[in-house]
Amino acid sequence: MSELLKRGLVEHAEALEKKEYSSHELVEAYLSRIEKRADMGTFITVDRENALKNALDADQRRATGKALGRFDGIPIALKDNICTEGLRTTCASKMLCDYTPPYNATVISRLRRAGLILLGKTNMDEFSMGSSTESSAFGATKNPRDPLRVAGGSSGGSAAAVADCQAPIALGSDTGGSVRQPSAFCGCVGMKPTYGRVSRYGLVAFSPSIEQIGPITKNIRDNAELLSIISGHDKMDSTTLRCEREDFSADIGKDIKGVRIGLPKELFELDMSDTVREGVMGAAEIYRQRGAAIKTVSLPSLRYALSAYYIISAAEASSNLARFDGIRYGHRAEDIENIDELFRRSRSEGFGDEVKRRIMLGTFVLSAGHRDEFYRRALSVKELVRKDFDAAFCECDVILCPVAPTVAPKLGEKRSPTEIYRTDAFCVPASIAGLPALSIPSGLGENSMPVGVQLIAPALSEALLYRVGAALEARKEGV
Amino acid sequence: MIYEKYEMAVGLEVHIELSTATKIFCSCPVSFGAPPNSACCPVCMGLPGSLPTLNKKAVEYAVMAGLATNCHISECSGFDRKNYFYPDLPKAYQITQYYTPLCRDGYLDIDTEDGERRIGITRIHLEEDAGKLIHDKGCGTMIDLNRCGVPLIEIVSSPDIHSPAEVKAYLKKLRAVILYTGISDCKMNEGSLRCDVNISVSRKGDTTLGTRCEIKNLNSFNFAAKAVEYEFRRQAEALERGDTVISETRRFDPHTGKTYTMRVKESGEDYRYFPEPDLPPLEVSSEIIEAIRQSLPKLPDERKRQYISDYSLSAYDASVITADKDMSDYFEAAAAHTRHPKILANIMISELLALSAEAESFECPISPSNLASLAELVGAGEINSSVAKKLLRRLWERDEDPREIVKREGLEQIRDAAILQKYAEEAIAQNPRAAEDYRAGKRHAAKAVVGKVMALTQGRADPVLLTEIVEKALS
Repeated sequence: MSELLKRGLVEHAEALEKKEYSSHELVEAYLSRIEKRADMGTFITVDRENALKNALDADQRRATGKALGRFDGIPIALKDNICTEGLRTTCASKMLCDYTPPYNATVISRLRRAGLILLGKTNMDEFSMGSSTESSAFGATKNPRDPLRVAGGSSGGSAAAVADCQAPIALGSDTGGSVRQPSAFCGCVGMKPTYGRVSRYGLVAFSPSIEQIGPITKNIRDNAELLSIISGHDKMDSTTLRCEREDFSADIGKDIKGVRIGLPKELFELDMSDTVREGVMGAAEIYRQRGAAIKTVSLPSLRYALSAYYIISAAEASSNLARFDGIRYGHRAEDIENIDELFRRSRSEGFGDEVKRRIMLGTFVLSAGHRDEFYRRALSVKELVRKDFDAAFCECDVILCPVAPTVAPKLGEKRSPTEIYRTDAFCVPASIAGLPALSIPSGLGENSMPVGVQLIAPALSEALLYRVGAALEARKEGV
Repeated sequence: MIYEKYEMAVGLEVHIELSTATKIFCSCPVSFGAPPNSACCPVCMGLPGSLPTLNKKAVEYAVMAGLATNCHISECSGFDRKNYFYPDLPKAYQITQYYTPLCRDGYLDIDTEDGERRIGITRIHLEEDAGKLIHDKGCGTMIDLNRCGVPLIEIVSSPDIHSPAEVKAYLKKLRAVILYTGISDCKMNEGSLRCDVNISVSRKGDTTLGTRCEIKNLNSFNFAAKAVEYEFRRQAEALERGDTVISETRRFDPHTGKTYTMRVKESGEDYRYFPEPDLPPLEVSSEIIEAIRQSLPKLPDERKRQYISDYSLSAYDASVITADKDMSDYFEAAAAHTRHPKILANIMISELLALSAEAESFECPISPSNLASLAELVGAGEINSSVAKKLLRRLWERDEDPREIVKREGLEQIRDAAILQKYAEEAIAQNPRAAEDYRAGKRHAAKAVVGKVMALTQGRADPVLLTEIVEKALS
């Protein structure tokens, strides 16, 4: 593999600036890597022709001094639930396998404005429902470190693309860990931004009150740069926050002396493998050595967070996925007698098992007889978890915890749905509290698979997360 | 009569389309009659990934409706999703306000035969309209999504309405009030005002309401009243037979005047309402509410009070004129040109209303100043009422200053006693029996003579003076 492919966003920017290679050469290199690695199940759709054409345009701009910025001409991969005008957006579902959106998501417009070039759309769990990318209608994504293992999910394709050098950077979306967990499994850096940081306009909705689009990259600086490009208020998304544009990389490299790092005791009471525990404790030790204060904090409501998360997200999903009814677009059943049969059969045929399971769960928890018992209580838990975090952040600046209880499991491992749901326990607290959370590699665990650790900070503290995260990354590089 | 043993409780749900330039959650134009599917975008078509953004004008209009109907306006309300599958609903949920409506606890005062009655308004909430299905025998069912996302308010009354006449009075008053605010054109034929009726019938004196039936999509005030009339009888007869009334949704057929079952309300009808996660809570500050209150135009009740005090109109005349904003505006424009507003009101109510009866609302081709001239002529005694009536019909055909016609054609009232005396003598001479009859005590004989003089003068004689002269001449 060419050395060029091992580089990230900032390195490519420097090389393009120095004219080491052209954007066209760069895009060509990634496209041939993607082609070579087609059996890894990383991409669902590759936009070869447009990518090459856009690269020529970028080179032209650079040549005439009209570059759209430092990153003009650098390619990126996108999770296949982000709408791209004229390029099919499947959500890895049979339901949308032929669906081509007539408009671009806001993040696409922002990437374009910065000159980034879309390579294609990456594999994922169907409608983001899953933790292994095995529920994709296009087959599972293999982990680049070990093709017999999962890449994680639901943004498995995006994390694998970055880890496997099929793209220098990627975007995923995170509802209950869908950026952080595959990043951990593949050895990437993944950020779930504060709820409202990044526009969801054009992100096919699974759980709108929770999910955010987030960057998956090889290193922290790239991650911060990419977040700076895609974040900011959007008039098309009323839930985006009105805050000043920020340079999230500003504090990277600053020391962390005096930063208080909290270890939530309830999370360490959960099951986790020894290497995961070592990964987190190792990170804590490094932080201590670098002058941070390590302390134990308590988040008492965390034991209800997972149930609350599954109730809220399933409830919202049951409503959001109702529009896939076979009428206007998407899969439509044939030989139907009446409208109810059209709805029923199109949905029965178009959705996979996990999606159906969550739609049924969500329909149940919203139904008149059960709404108070489940949905309303889940909303109360959400508030409690928020308050717990508020209290904890009086004691510490950043929370450190695992991303997932184990390293990436083997593909096809038989697990019950609730067993799988339980592995989200470390990620969902930040999700339902709307807090920013960063997943960063912390060495290798069993079978030489990557272990990730998670840093969680108060709302809008992404810059702090990158600063604290960078202190851990520096160790890896031997600084 | 069995019906006398029963009474009805009727509540109305009125949907009103707001006349905003753009839709409630996107920037597509609101346009009635545009080619199918030409006024839609990813948002109102509910395409995957699209998100709603709230139109502030729609909120302002809904607040106006609330203030005009004496509602409390919530400073913090919110949107919810109502989930159901239907081909005209592209998201498979409607964004509405279920848990926290924008306006609540208002009322409208309506005029009834028994005087003024106050009808409670439970709530007014904002929501989006659905698309339209077009059933074509040749090519099946087609969907037009232009109407998707058109802003609606739903105005829900308390079950305070007790007769078909009150149904009509309430609807008329509500429509008038909304037209005054200018937030909707309230055209039933274009669907910008739609009405559903909830009716339950119980034995008089019972404290609990009977089983409720809903009658959907009544597209005229008369149909609403007729449907209520029919439904009352149907339910009363059922109760009298000892049957139970089933809670169901019914439709009214204007051809038969009857209602028919559409669907039985099952326990399975569950819309799984939950707060809309794509929209933040709707906050309207007390300052904004106050500013909207200040900007509200004068409403019918206030104008009515003003007409009674400033123009000395009777309560009845003031009610009739203010019931229609166009008529009221017309009256005010004309009243500025005459010292005789009572005569003006009288002409408008007794004559103009009849002439414009075919139109859905008050329409008059005569300019307000010309009609004011007519009132002026009558008020000054220059023409009598029968000439006025004839002139009005001429103005309706061709609008001009009636003073010109009177001058040109010499239509002034004849009030010269000597001239009238001459006419009277002539008429009596032609009809000598009239004098005998009159002297024999048949007082109506005078009327025949008066009528004769009127014919001779083309109706121009001053009727009071003439009658006096004729009576004197006969006796």
